[in-house]
Amino acid sequence: MRYGEKNCAITGVGISEVSRGSAKSSLELTVDAALDAIADAGLKRSDIDGIATWPGGDGNASGFSPVWIGQLQDALRLKLNWYSNGGESPGQYGAVFNAIGAINAGLARHVLIYRSMYEASARKLAFANSLVKEGERQRGGFAWYAPYHVHAAALQQSLYFNAYVHKSGIRPEQQAMIAINQRRNAGLNPHAIYRDPITLDDYMASPRIAGPLRIYDCDVPIDGSAAIIVSAMDAARDCRNPAIRIEAVGSSMQYRNSWTQLAEVDTQAQPKVAEMMWSRTDLKPKDVDIAELYDGFSFHTLNWLENFGFCERYGAKDFIEGGTRIALEGELPVNTGGGALSGGRLHAYGAVWEGCTQLWGRAGERQVKGDPRVCATSTAGGPLAGAMLLVRE
Amino acid sequence: MSGSLPRPLPALDRDNAAYWTGGEKGELLICRCGDCGYYVHPPVRFCPECESRDVAPQPVSGRGSVYTFTINYKQWVPRLPERYVLALVALAEQEDVLLPCNVVNCDPDEVTFGMPVKVLFEQCEDLWVPLFEPEGR
Repeated sequence: MRYGEKNCAITGVGISEVSRGSAKSSLELTVDAALDAIADAGLKRSDIDGIATWPGGDGNASGFSPVWIGQLQDALRLKLNWYSNGGESPGQYGAVFNAIGAINAGLARHVLIYRSMYEASARKLAFANSLVKEGERQRGGFAWYAPYHVHAAALQQSLYFNAYVHKSGIRPEQQAMIAINQRRNAGLNPHAIYRDPITLDDYMASPRIAGPLRIYDCDVPIDGSAAIIVSAMDAARDCRNPAIRIEAVGSSMQYRNSWTQLAEVDTQAQPKVAEMMWSRTDLKPKDVDIAELYDGFSFHTLNWLENFGFCERYGAKDFIEGGTRIALEGELPVNTGGGALSGGRLHAYGAVWEGCTQLWGRAGERQVKGDPRVCATSTAGGPLAGAMLLVRE
Repeated sequence: MSGSLPRPLPALDRDNAAYWTGGEKGELLICRCGDCGYYVHPPVRFCPECESRDVAPQPVSGRGSVYTFTINYKQWVPRLPERYVLALVALAEQEDVLLPCNVVNCDPDEVTFGMPVKVLFEQCEDLWVPLFEPEGR
C-alpha cells in the first residue's frame, strides 16, 4: 500500500463523564476513558503497546492538558514499546499521525490515544487557558500579541473570523445555524453538557465576546477525557468492532506557521491540509456520510465545510442556511453529538469518539440514518490543521 | 486604552529587541535584507528570499493599512477597557509583513478593512510598544 494510514484503523473509543466540574481527578477521568476504549476494542490492558497524546502534560494549573503520558502509563501499569506526545504537530490529530508512523515502523500494534481536559475545575480558581502568563515577560510566537491585551484565543481568532465575515458576507443569523444545529444534536446525546435547545432569538441575544463571536460560537470548557485505540490493520481485524480504517490524512504545513504572519487568515491553514487528504484517497466529498468538524469556535466549522469541499469558497453561509443540510436528517450531518460548542471541549477527540459511535451505528436517538460508513473529521485553527477520512469496513 | 491595565510585555532577545525599543527614537525598526531589500519579519538574520545573512533592522515609514481587525467586548481580566481594537496592520513597504497592534485614538466602530494607519509608540517599562492610529490624527 502506498499510504501508511491505510494500514491503521480505529478499533475502540472511550469517553469519561464530561462535566462542568468533576468529583474525579483528571487522571481518574483519563483512566475511565482509556479503560472504556480498551474494552470497546475487545482488548486487555496488556494488549496496549503504545501511547500517544496531544499536546502532552503541560505542567501548569490551566487544566488544558493536565495528564502526562507517564502518569497514565503508570496508573494502568502498561508495558509500552513506543510512546510520544507533541503539541507542535498538525493540530490535535498530530497524535494519531504519530501513531500511524509508529505502527508502520513496527513500533506498536495497539496505540492508546487520549485527550484530557480539566478546564472547568481550573476556571473556578483562575482564568484558565489564558494566553498571558501573569507576572512575567511573554515568550514564544504569541508574544507578538502580548502587549495588545490578547488574553484569550477567542480574541486572537476573531481577527481571522472577522476577515472571513468581511470576505464572505455571512450574516449573524446564518452563522447562528452552526450553534443551533449542534445544540439540537446535543439534546440527543447523554454525554453532552448543554442539551436544552436554543433559538435564533436566544443566539442573537447572547453576549458578544470578540468580533463576530458570541458566546454560543465558543466551545465549552469541561472536565473530561476521550480516548481512542489505533491499531495495525491486521490486528484490528481481530478486534471486537468492525475496523474503522484511516483512509486518508492531511498533515501538511505549506503555509507560514505563524499566528501573526499567516497568509489568507480567512481560510486559515486548512485548504492545503484538506487538499493533501483528498490526494491520498479515491473518495470524494460527495462520498462523505457524516462530518465531525473542529469547532473550537463555530467559524472553524464554517471554514472546514468550505475547505473540505462540501460547498464552495464563501458558500458555507448558503449551505448551512436554515440548518436543514447539516441536520442529523440532512444531506451532510455535521457535529452530530453537539460538538465542542454544546457537548464540551474534548478538543477534537470528542469528534472522533462521536464519528466512530455513528459509524458503528450505536448513537441511539441521534443515530444518522442510512448506515453511515464514511466520516470526515478535522482539527484546529490558525496555522494548525489536521484532517482524517474514516471508513468503516 | 493606556493608563488602566498594564500591558503584558514580551521578553526581549537579540532578534526582537530592535522592534520593541526603536520607538525610543520614534522609529519602527523592521529587519531588512541588505542584498535584495526583502523585509524579514518576525526578525531573524536570514533572508528567505535570497539566503543572504546580511539582514539588519531598518527604520520604515510607520505607515500601513488594516489587514484585519476585531473588537474585544469580553472583560477577560479586571480593568480591561470596555471595548478595544486588535488588528493586524500590513506594512506599507511590504504588505505581507503583518504587525499585531491596537488601533487607538479613534472609536472602535470607525476602524475598517484597508484603513490607512500610522504608528505611534507607548512606553511600557523599557519597551516602546508600537500602536497604530488612523492617518491624519
